[in-house]
Order: sequence, then structure tokens, then C-alpha cells
Amino acid sequence: MGPTALDRFADAFLNPVVTARYLPAILKGVVVTIEVAAAVIVTGLALGLALAVLRSFRIRPLNVAIVVAVDILRALPPLVLILIVYFGLPNAGLTIPSFAVLWLVLSLVLAAFAEEIFWAGILSVRAGQWEAARSTGLGFGGTLAYVVLPQAIRIAVPPLTNRTIAITKNTALGSVIGVGEILNQATTAQSFSGNATPLTLGALAYLVLFIPVVALGRWIEHRFRWNRA
Amino acid sequence: MSAFAAQFLDLSIMWQAAPLIRRGLGTTLLLCAIVIPLGLAGGLGVALLSLAPSRLVRWPLAVAVDVFRAVPPLVLLIFVYAGLPFAGLRPSPIEAVAIAFFLNTSSYYGEIFRAGLGSIGRGQSEAARSTGLTGAQTLAYVVLPQAVRNVLPDLMSNTVEAVKLTSLGSVVALPELLYSADMARSLTYNASPLILAGAIYLAILWPLVRLISRFENRPAGDTALG
Repeated sequence: MGPTALDRFADAFLNPVVTARYLPAILKGVVVTIEVAAAVIVTGLALGLALAVLRSFRIRPLNVAIVVAVDILRALPPLVLILIVYFGLPNAGLTIPSFAVLWLVLSLVLAAFAEEIFWAGILSVRAGQWEAARSTGLGFGGTLAYVVLPQAIRIAVPPLTNRTIAITKNTALGSVIGVGEILNQATTAQSFSGNATPLTLGALAYLVLFIPVVALGRWIEHRFRWNRA
Repeated sequence: MSAFAAQFLDLSIMWQAAPLIRRGLGTTLLLCAIVIPLGLAGGLGVALLSLAPSRLVRWPLAVAVDVFRAVPPLVLLIFVYAGLPFAGLRPSPIEAVAIAFFLNTSSYYGEIFRAGLGSIGRGQSEAARSTGLTGAQTLAYVVLPQAVRNVLPDLMSNTVEAVKLTSLGSVVALPELLYSADMARSLTYNASPLILAGAIYLAILWPLVRLISRFENRPAGDTALG
């Protein structure tokens, strides 16, 4: 590749003028991405834990409902759910802003995966732990809260971290329904500028946001590795 | 409630949309037949290369895997589809999907295969080599079968993700299942075609999801709630 070709490449993918012009928009997108991601993580994990706890009460019809809902949310592509909620609900008389659609759908998907992971954690706590806790006079709720959940959550942390990262990255799907997150800002800027630089900036923004998170996930996987006998 | 049913469960609209959606399903299956084998092969390659003695191989590979796991797949797809033309390459939607999801899924499959290979003790390959098997034979007949079995739930769960990933092709106007359904939705002003597409995804993926869940929730010993 000669210097001219390299220049043309740099001009198309990392143009300083385009960067200066559209960086503020991309940064605005970064803020939106972080907001949606934070909201999804909080509601998704809380709802997932709540469902797993509900499931441990072994109320048969309730558990069947939870398992069916969780299975559906795990099997459907999130973009399908987003489009159904975004285009379907307004025609049925319910209008919700695109930001809320993205938050709602991703929260439900994260809750479904989190429920499965927390439930697997609860199941992996041995019967002896329950029996010992009950024999000290703790009730079912106390045993669950003070003995079982602390162990279950610890087991759940590594798989949960990876799953949470994967679902948080799906905030990029918001661009399809016009949520002004990073990808949306980048593609808009790309079509205005006729230059690929905004796409590069968008990809770099995701790298800056997520490489530390991916590295953290790997560290947590090692740190929390649970050696079961 | 009837407004709800009319908007989501209109059978006559679903019937109208069926031919379009059937073609979309064909394209989705084709995409799966491209993305999954490419990702598995790439992932195995990544895992084997990550065992290379030279840091010059291992480090750039580790960086690449982290980069492709950090960037959302849709961003990667848009970058390939809308960005590469600026470098003089014009991938078709299906080529863009193949390239972007090869990079994405092989990074994930790579991590899984790596964990699988790591779970097999050195003694296995030493014993296999001492019986006269070559390095490649040892890998194919002794190490890989055990490694794959140890990480089978993760491989299956990642395959479900890969199938779901193909729905992103709709964003680059690839007429797969979701794109066809959404086109029918915009023609009929009714979300029922999307529900039909969702039902098809469910029919394909639910059995796999159930199976994975069985694997994951197999209790390790006696548990109170098992």
C-alpha cells in the first residue's frame, strides 16, 4: 500500500475534520448507552433474583409460568421482541417511548437469563446446608436469605457477569428503533458526512466502554471460581 | 383485549404473510448453515492457536478475541457493511453477515474450546503420543472428543446465540425471517407477522434452550430443592 492509498484510507476511516465535527454526537450517544445499560442491569438482575427466589417456594403453577416465560425470553432474538413491543403496542393503544422499549425488553431478557443462573446457584447448595440452618431455628425465609442465597449468589457471579455483558452490548439494538445511543449517532453521522470516520469512532467508543468490562469479567471468573467438592 | 388480539394474533394476516415468511425462514436457515460452521471452525482455530508456544501468536490473538467480544455484533456488522465500501470493498448483505459474525462467533466459540482443551489433563495427550499416535491424531481422537464433551452445554448455548444473531441481518436489509416478517408488518400495519416469526424462532430454539437448561440445573449432589 503506497502512501497515497494509506492517506486515502486514513481520510475515510479516521478523518480529523469529521472527528472534530461528530465527536460530540458520539459522546452524547455514549451517555445514552451508559444510561440504558445501567437501568437494564439494575432492573434485570433484581427481577431475575426475585423470580429465582419465588421459584424456590415451589408453587407449581407459578413455577410453570416462570419457566415458560424464561424459556421464551431465552429463545427469542432480542430484536424480534424489540420490534414486537415497539411497533405492536402503539397500534394496540399503548404508546411507550423507544428508550423505554429498549430498557423494558433488555431488562426482561436479562431477568430471564439471571433467573436461570440464580436458580442453578440455589439448586447447587447442598441439602445439609438447609437442614443445618433449619435446625438452628431459622425459618424457610431466613434460611434462604442468610444461608442459601449468599452461597448461591457467589456461585452465580461468574456466569452472570458474562451474560450481563452480552446483554448490555445489545443496547446497540436501540439504533434500530431510534434510541440515540452510540451506534445510532454513528450511523446518522456517517450518512451526513459521507465518511466512515463516525463508524470508527462508534466502534472505538464501544471498545473503551467494554474492553475493561470484558477484562473484569475474566478476572471475576478466576477470582470467584468455586471449588465444589 | 380484543384490540390486543387483533394487533398481535390476526390469523388471516399471518396466513397472508406466510409465503414471504417461509422464504425468510429459508434464508435464516441458510445463514445458520454459514455462520455456525464458520464460527465453530474459527473458534477451534483460535483455541488451538492460543496454545501456540510463541507470544507473537498468542498476544495479538488474545487482543483480537477481546476486541471482537467487546464490540456489539450489530456494530461489527454495520462497520463491515457500511464501512468497508469506503475501503473499496462492497460486501453484499450476506457476505457482511458472514464476515462480521465469523469474527464475533469464533471469538466466543474460541473461548469455549479453550476452556474445554484446558480441562483435559496433559497425561491424556502424553499417553496418546506414547502409543504412537501423531499430534494431529491425538488431538482428533483423544483430546478433542473429551474436551467437547466437557463444554457441550456452553457450545450449545453459544449456538443458540448464533442462531439469534442471524436476526440482525434484517438491519442490513438481508431478507431473512425477521426482515420478511417486519416487511409484512409494515405492509399490513399489524404486528401479527412478527408474532409468527417469533413463533418460528421459538419452534427452532425452544428444544435447545430446554436441553441446555436441563444440563445447567443438574444438581451436583443431594440438594433440598432438586
